[in-house]
Amino acid sequence: MSILITKDTTFIIQGITGREAVNMSRECLDYGSKIVGGVTPGRGGRDVYGIPVYDTVRQITAKTHVDGAVVAVPPAFTRDAVFEALEGGVKLIVIVTERIPRYEVAQMVELAKMRGARIIGPNCLGILSPGEAKMGGLGGRAVDAKKAFSKGYVGVMSRSGGMTTEMCNTLTAAGIGQSTAVSIGGDAIIGSTYADLMPLFEADQETKAIVIYCEPGGRMEAELAKYVVEQKSRLPIIAFMAGRFMDEMPGMRFGHAGTIVEGKADTTAEKIARLEAAGISIAERIEDIPGLVKKRLGMDGK
Amino acid sequence: MRFYEFESKRLFGKYGIPLPKGSKVAATPAEAKVVAAEINGPVVLKSQVLSGGRMKAGGVLFADNPDQAAEAAKKILALEINGHKPRGVLVEARAPIAQEYYVGVTWDGVARMPVMIFSDMGGIDIEEVAEKHPGHISKRHFSTLMPFSDFMAKELVAGVGLSGDHLNRLSRLAASLARIFQAHGLTLAEINPLARLDDGTFFCLDGHVDMEDDARDTQKGILKDLGIDPEEKRQARPPTSFEIKGAQVDAADPRGVAGNVVEFDGDLGLVIGAGGGSLTLFDAIRKHGGKPANYCEIGGNPSVSKTCELTKLILSKPGVKKIAVMMNVVSNTRVDIVARGVIKGVIESGQKPSEKIAIFRIPGSWEQEGFKILEHYGVEYCDRTVSMFEAAGRAVAKMKA
Repeated sequence: MSILITKDTTFIIQGITGREAVNMSRECLDYGSKIVGGVTPGRGGRDVYGIPVYDTVRQITAKTHVDGAVVAVPPAFTRDAVFEALEGGVKLIVIVTERIPRYEVAQMVELAKMRGARIIGPNCLGILSPGEAKMGGLGGRAVDAKKAFSKGYVGVMSRSGGMTTEMCNTLTAAGIGQSTAVSIGGDAIIGSTYADLMPLFEADQETKAIVIYCEPGGRMEAELAKYVVEQKSRLPIIAFMAGRFMDEMPGMRFGHAGTIVEGKADTTAEKIARLEAAGISIAERIEDIPGLVKKRLGMDGK
Repeated sequence: MRFYEFESKRLFGKYGIPLPKGSKVAATPAEAKVVAAEINGPVVLKSQVLSGGRMKAGGVLFADNPDQAAEAAKKILALEINGHKPRGVLVEARAPIAQEYYVGVTWDGVARMPVMIFSDMGGIDIEEVAEKHPGHISKRHFSTLMPFSDFMAKELVAGVGLSGDHLNRLSRLAASLARIFQAHGLTLAEINPLARLDDGTFFCLDGHVDMEDDARDTQKGILKDLGIDPEEKRQARPPTSFEIKGAQVDAADPRGVAGNVVEFDGDLGLVIGAGGGSLTLFDAIRKHGGKPANYCEIGGNPSVSKTCELTKLILSKPGVKKIAVMMNVVSNTRVDIVARGVIKGVIESGQKPSEKIAIFRIPGSWEQEGFKILEHYGVEYCDRTVSMFEAAGRAVAKMKA
């Protein structure tokens, strides 16, 4: 199985007529995703690769069941689009837009919690369940996504969209498939953290191990370490930590908006110590990940 | 973006938070003398720098009369602190303090809500208070959907056991701070210390404000009021001219990203991406003993001209011997477009792509088309079977050869 999305998941794309969203629609359709509509205010009645375009979310939810929404509208309109989807009863929202002010992200997350919905992102590439569906730009064109992602037993979560594909590609090349890969987003405030998604992977019988990509900044890794210890997670976790050079340069911003070393707890050294203390394996290099997965699952013949 | 102390105080002042008497920033010793004369009493003069450790470095001085103030201002204005030149000197009245408090508002990334923090042990590092005196610290999250209400601040202050007139006065200040945080896209609004004078009145003795970059578009009005240039970036150190040119390259063309250029003093120029890939690759170069000349991030399918200009900028940096062009497996950036941009940049710099490009490792969309171009120019490239770490190693090995 997978988490969050399967081939039967129906979703809509908000801002579907934008250039990037048009490409994303093509990619998702080619990968087998069920896109039941798009929304661009004032463009109702048109279509994008056969996907009907509407003016409002409710015009679609009135007709058909909608599991999710990909929000690909400019930053100034994102909060409104997310609120529209949440109030329209959509329970899974992937926000690909970047540069949304933190306060607005917090508002979306708070409303999602009230509505029993889940947000992935912002500033993310979305979700891909190999062989099932993809929701967002993760993996790019279907032909490219099929090269990098393969169906299997590793759950992947990453603060970097590009590194999600890199890690899955490395796993695939080593003959290890993925249950679901989630690009959780590079901002300081995101809808779903590693710890938020862990229970879903725990509940998925196909998932046997977790691979994560980590960065400096924030407390997300510490939160995961705490979760793993407190919940006695059954899943071995392998973590790759990027941005080690940033420890020497506090206050400088590199990479994503969420990566800035402000205090001791934000450094990669501190994060690595916390993760290791929780029994999480640290991969020094991306190419070490497959070996560690096999080792932790006792599949390395030792 | 961090605010200078005087800017933080101006912002707080707009919301009725009391400031020390006088509180004006002076650009010259003569100006400082005038402010001190207006205050007509003992003053404190504080260097306006975006760096900690002002007191230790000698950036905070006291004076009893206007002439002393001018003298102190002269010293402070000439003093560089951790590489930062002062923006001016803040002159304020000095008064005897009965007690110091702490009040701050920031983000809790785990709860994904703003959190107010209060302590009756101000003036020292708040993390230290939290560790050593947990009973003297109180925290309260507040909703981003519900309007801020004063009781939230009252609960915060009552959390450390305060009551009476102090509770009421401090709650009002904390509520104002929360509203400032909410209204202006801040990531930090802090008063430390918040001082109580012998007469029972409270003042913001020192203040910190950090505004989120992504909120600046919606905060143009207040930035203008505070005299802050909308283009000013304020990283931990002032940008170098190389970095300023990098930002110009990124801004010149809206297609994709070729930015966040940070200067280092090595000899290997880097054209790398994207966000996470750049962090990974920069670590890899250093692990192999390589010396990066720069950090940067390309992504989001930058145009040929953008990548070309970035390449030219990096090659123009004195001491750069070769460049390495590397990314993680790309999905929406086209390999062929990056290849074309980089090769064009090398040629326009009057160099040979086969000599200047140590390695090209960008696998992913349109890679076959990209690899053909690279082959044509004799550039060493690798596909996804070569890891990012290994590619970085090959680039470093070429520098040593």
